[in-house]
Amino acid sequence: MVSKTCVIQNPTGLHARPATLFVQKATSFPAEVFLTKGTKRANGKSIMGLMTLGLAKGDEVLLEVDGQQENEALAELAAMLETVYE
Amino acid sequence: MLQKGIAAAPGIVLGRAVVKKAETISYIRKTIAPDEVASELQRFRDSIQTANAELDAIKQKAKLEMGAEEAQIFEAHQMFLQDPEFVGAIEQKIESEQINAEAALEEVRDSFVSIFESMDNEYMRERAADLRDVSQRIMKKLLGISDELDTGVEGPVVLVVHDLTPSDTASLDRDKVKGFATNIGGRTSHSAIMARSMEIPAVVGLSDITEHVQTGDLVIVDGLSGVVHIRPDDALIAEYEEKQKAYQKQKAEWAKLLHEPSVTADGRQVELAANIGNPQDAVQALESGAEGIGLFRTEFLYMGRNNFPSEEEQFEAYKAVAVTMGERGVVIRTLDIGGDKELPYLELPKELNPFLGYRAIRLCLDQTDLFKTQLRALLRASAFGNIKIMYPMIATLAELRKANSILEEVKAELRDQNIAFNEKLEVGIMIEIPAAAMVADLLAKEVDFFSIGTNDLIQYTMAADRMNEQVSYLYQPFNPAVLRLIHQVIEAAHKEGKWVGMCGEMAGEELAIPILLGLGLDEFSMSASSILRARSLLKQLEYNKMEAVSKYVLTLGTAEEIRDYIQQEVLNRLA
Repeated sequence: MVSKTCVIQNPTGLHARPATLFVQKATSFPAEVFLTKGTKRANGKSIMGLMTLGLAKGDEVLLEVDGQQENEALAELAAMLETVYE
Repeated sequence: MLQKGIAAAPGIVLGRAVVKKAETISYIRKTIAPDEVASELQRFRDSIQTANAELDAIKQKAKLEMGAEEAQIFEAHQMFLQDPEFVGAIEQKIESEQINAEAALEEVRDSFVSIFESMDNEYMRERAADLRDVSQRIMKKLLGISDELDTGVEGPVVLVVHDLTPSDTASLDRDKVKGFATNIGGRTSHSAIMARSMEIPAVVGLSDITEHVQTGDLVIVDGLSGVVHIRPDDALIAEYEEKQKAYQKQKAEWAKLLHEPSVTADGRQVELAANIGNPQDAVQALESGAEGIGLFRTEFLYMGRNNFPSEEEQFEAYKAVAVTMGERGVVIRTLDIGGDKELPYLELPKELNPFLGYRAIRLCLDQTDLFKTQLRALLRASAFGNIKIMYPMIATLAELRKANSILEEVKAELRDQNIAFNEKLEVGIMIEIPAAAMVADLLAKEVDFFSIGTNDLIQYTMAADRMNEQVSYLYQPFNPAVLRLIHQVIEAAHKEGKWVGMCGEMAGEELAIPILLGLGLDEFSMSASSILRARSLLKQLEYNKMEAVSKYVLTLGTAEEIRDYIQQEVLNRLA
């Protein structure tokens, strides 16, 4: 398993389109993807999971990837968490 | 039997009703035997698959008929269907609690809905509505409830529904559905706008029509006078067939006016323009005889998405309309958002009085980056046609000056970068706040034109929310106070040699046109479908007489007296 702590950069947080893109990307990898904010942990392949985390700009989130191509997935997904979409 | 509502789209249709009530779906909660778990899971997965296939079809249809923006909502629905947390939680419940899929679905849905709804975020609450919608779809599949609207009804269909949702609209069979009747809604609700753009008769706001009509009943929708006849007798049917013929004939007469100028009997020429909400509407406006675009609302670019539209995206949209309209004027209103029109990604705080709050130009003068991007796109597009810029919700001269100074900054940037734009581009303001109307003489010196936005002007002048049924009687376009303001605005502009348009609903109203013409209004902007009727009316009116008529009605005491006077002394005397 590999992990990285990321800080959300998008001004409106990780809602809506950015969240959708993240889930689509996560789903394209065979590895399992998890996000943890504080005490809440969510499946990174689930839009519902991501939405219940309610990620806002400046939030710290722990990204964990476990399985095949985990390094590649970690790099791409971490970059998405720190992207500014607008 | 007859029911009265609000005439939302003109025309008459006789057809068979297809009734769709506000749905309540019930199921029985059951426990299942351990050896039934596998088949229950399979039944659940099948329902997901069918729902998904259905959404695929709806999405394609929506894309073709309403554009990619509208189709996005169904894509979001599909993501729920594929969501491991959502689907996984339901499957787990079926297995561990040994309950039927319906019960598991409802429990999981409710838990997510309550999480979403508890979030202090408009966007998340909207997703709760999406989740309800998609869960309903799965539930129907589980229970074998058909979503088909036309169940064995032959010939032209009149859709009788509680309200027409975007989902209903997308799944409509446009070849069959020839009219709408709805319980709720007004002239500007989604269903009314849809009906006008599909050019089929509609009556809305009928309160409980779905209770009085059965699928298969014969109904007459009279979108001219706003009534629906349920199970009419032969005499009434005959009467309406005549009315329908007369209306068709009149429409044919109007069609002859398509390329005619808008001139009164005594030779005064005015401009009849269309209000549009997206670039595609411009084509329809031209086909309906519009001589220009009097109001292009730019909100469509900002709504139904999750981030601000780029300059490039906006430029393409504005340019498309400018090119379509050629030499004809296109008045583009800068962003009129905030208040009751929310953008989830703008994250504005909730306000107690949204209509008196942080919206339109107030927001743009504060968030200048947002404003500048739009102005840049508008200026660039002005090189491709006859674009005019209009600021909404101006209350003071200082606001106008500030907006203009930002516009000048953007122009200077473009000049520095050698980017072409129309140096002579006209800039105007909407007059929709009484304060602006009162100082129209001062504002007129610093604009190229005014456009009177009556919907808001009336509401602000009368201090009455037109959506509030208890005070909507005060929403009076013909109130002497409103007419005097309009008169004052037109006079002030003309004194400075500037032109005045009107882009509220009032500009297309048969009763209002004689007065507005007499007061000297130069441009009438309305929904495209009203243009030919207005042109036909103008041809029969004499400007000189209407000048006297309007002077006289300004001395009358009540809205009712004014309406009666115009009806009896002007309209009833026309051939």
